[in-house]
Amino acid sequence: MEKTIVITIMTVGGLLVSLPFIWMVLSSFKTEQEVLSIPPTLFPQDPTMEHFVNLFQNLNFDVYLLNTLIIVACSMIGLFLNTMAGYGFGKFQFKGKETWFVVVLITMMLPGQVTMIPTYLLLNEMGLTNTMTGIVLPGLIAAFNIFLIRQFMVTIPDDLIEAARLDGAGEFYIFTRIIIPLSMPILAVQVILTFIGAWNSFLWPLIVANDEALYTLSVGLALLKDQNVTNYGLQMAGSTFMVLPILIIFIIFQKYIIEGFNVSGIK
Amino acid sequence: MKSKWTPFLFIGPAVVLLIIFSFIPILIAFGISFTDTNLIGLANWSKINLIGFDNYADLFSDEKFLESIGNTIFYVIIGVPLAVGSSFMIAFLLNLVGSWLASTFRVIYYVPSVTNIVAIAVVWGFLYNQEYGLFNYLLSLVDIDNVPWLEDPLVAKLSLILLAVWKSNGVSMLIFLAALQAIPRVYYEAADIDGANRWQKLIKITIPSMSFATFFVTVTTLIGWLQFFEEPFVMTEGGPLNGTNSIALFIYQEGFQYNEFGYGAAASFILFAIIIVATLIQFKFRKSDQTL
Repeated sequence: MEKTIVITIMTVGGLLVSLPFIWMVLSSFKTEQEVLSIPPTLFPQDPTMEHFVNLFQNLNFDVYLLNTLIIVACSMIGLFLNTMAGYGFGKFQFKGKETWFVVVLITMMLPGQVTMIPTYLLLNEMGLTNTMTGIVLPGLIAAFNIFLIRQFMVTIPDDLIEAARLDGAGEFYIFTRIIIPLSMPILAVQVILTFIGAWNSFLWPLIVANDEALYTLSVGLALLKDQNVTNYGLQMAGSTFMVLPILIIFIIFQKYIIEGFNVSGIK
Repeated sequence: MKSKWTPFLFIGPAVVLLIIFSFIPILIAFGISFTDTNLIGLANWSKINLIGFDNYADLFSDEKFLESIGNTIFYVIIGVPLAVGSSFMIAFLLNLVGSWLASTFRVIYYVPSVTNIVAIAVVWGFLYNQEYGLFNYLLSLVDIDNVPWLEDPLVAKLSLILLAVWKSNGVSMLIFLAALQAIPRVYYEAADIDGANRWQKLIKITIPSMSFATFFVTVTTLIGWLQFFEEPFVMTEGGPLNGTNSIALFIYQEGFQYNEFGYGAAASFILFAIIIVATLIQFKFRKSDQTL
């Protein structure tokens, strides 16, 4: 009895939470008139792909998609550098280690708004505004990820690394062949979260890119919203195109992400 | 093989990038907040003047900035309790159902937090549309007049809060869920033997056992709401009548729309100070809470 009530509440709540997504997907297949019809229809009466075709043929979404994928690829390089740093902090003793680690932790606590303006000025001095490098470089390293990876690295036994050294393995070989495979549980989560973060990146590309050829999907979508104020079908198609890949990836890998929260030990 | 430089090879690239793009920028921000750096100064450094605390003084007589502070406080006061409370409720209910049902619902409730904020804002903008939006249509079915979701300064603030709570619930819910599952069963069994009812168990066992999770979620949620930015930026651009502008959005506007970099940087330090003070107050509360 009690369980039935709870399940009913959760189901109603779940429907309400998913409503915007359901509405988005259904509306993206409606014609321009049908989207604005009153009373609204739930399912598209005359399903059409015209908005999706339009996005790619007339609105440069292919360029935005390519840029977004470049950012995703670069963010993976960033993740590799984060992992190297996490390993360095977790498994080595060296002079000034604490000081450097504090530097990393301090940058974790800064609100993005404080660094936004000076980072832009810095990139401007370097001549990197309005370039892909300028979009990608400042976000490459994330202190919080270094911190999480370090926590994991600490748990890897030293003996393993020492044994490999005795066998004559180089430091970088040890890192790529032993440490990375061992770190898969934490890296899997990091890869998914990094992908999602890069796919969704919005503010920084918006600030740095003046040229439409450098826009990401998010920036393109925001632009679309300003230009096509009443064409909601088109806007919903753009949103669907941005949200669906994330939904699919998330649903496939959600187990790792959600377990990652338990692993990170926030209890 | 291993030399004293090896560790620096590993931490080097990351640390160098962090110093260039996080550490140095704070110093620059602090420096330019005492100057009148703008687009002209950017092209010609000799046009930049040291103006001391003028930016800070101007900010506190800038009507728009004061309104942004007021709005941000409004977001925090309404948003933080709503966000923390609703994610706690969801976690609590999820913990009751158990098994595969819980994992399905967990995914559903978590999904909004991984999806793109611009896409979300575009979709909600459609739902909130005064004439064609689904929300007003549903309300018209029960004879409620059109609600000006984004057209009235006060209602617009609440609309943005509703959207942000919907989006942010997922992460906090997972943290609460982990904490709920970590409470030892024996506590409840002992309470059952003593004849405690449901309510007493919630108040005397569940809530106190979760104090750390609640604290953690409250601090991070508060910091997040103090930096409230994307929702007003994409949906209302701070309007109507500056009614939804936040401090973070004000900084963006000054910095990148009006190119008043020095002025914007000064505003960012005020935001920074507010965040630090709010966080310290919370830690203070937690300390006194523990000594009780």
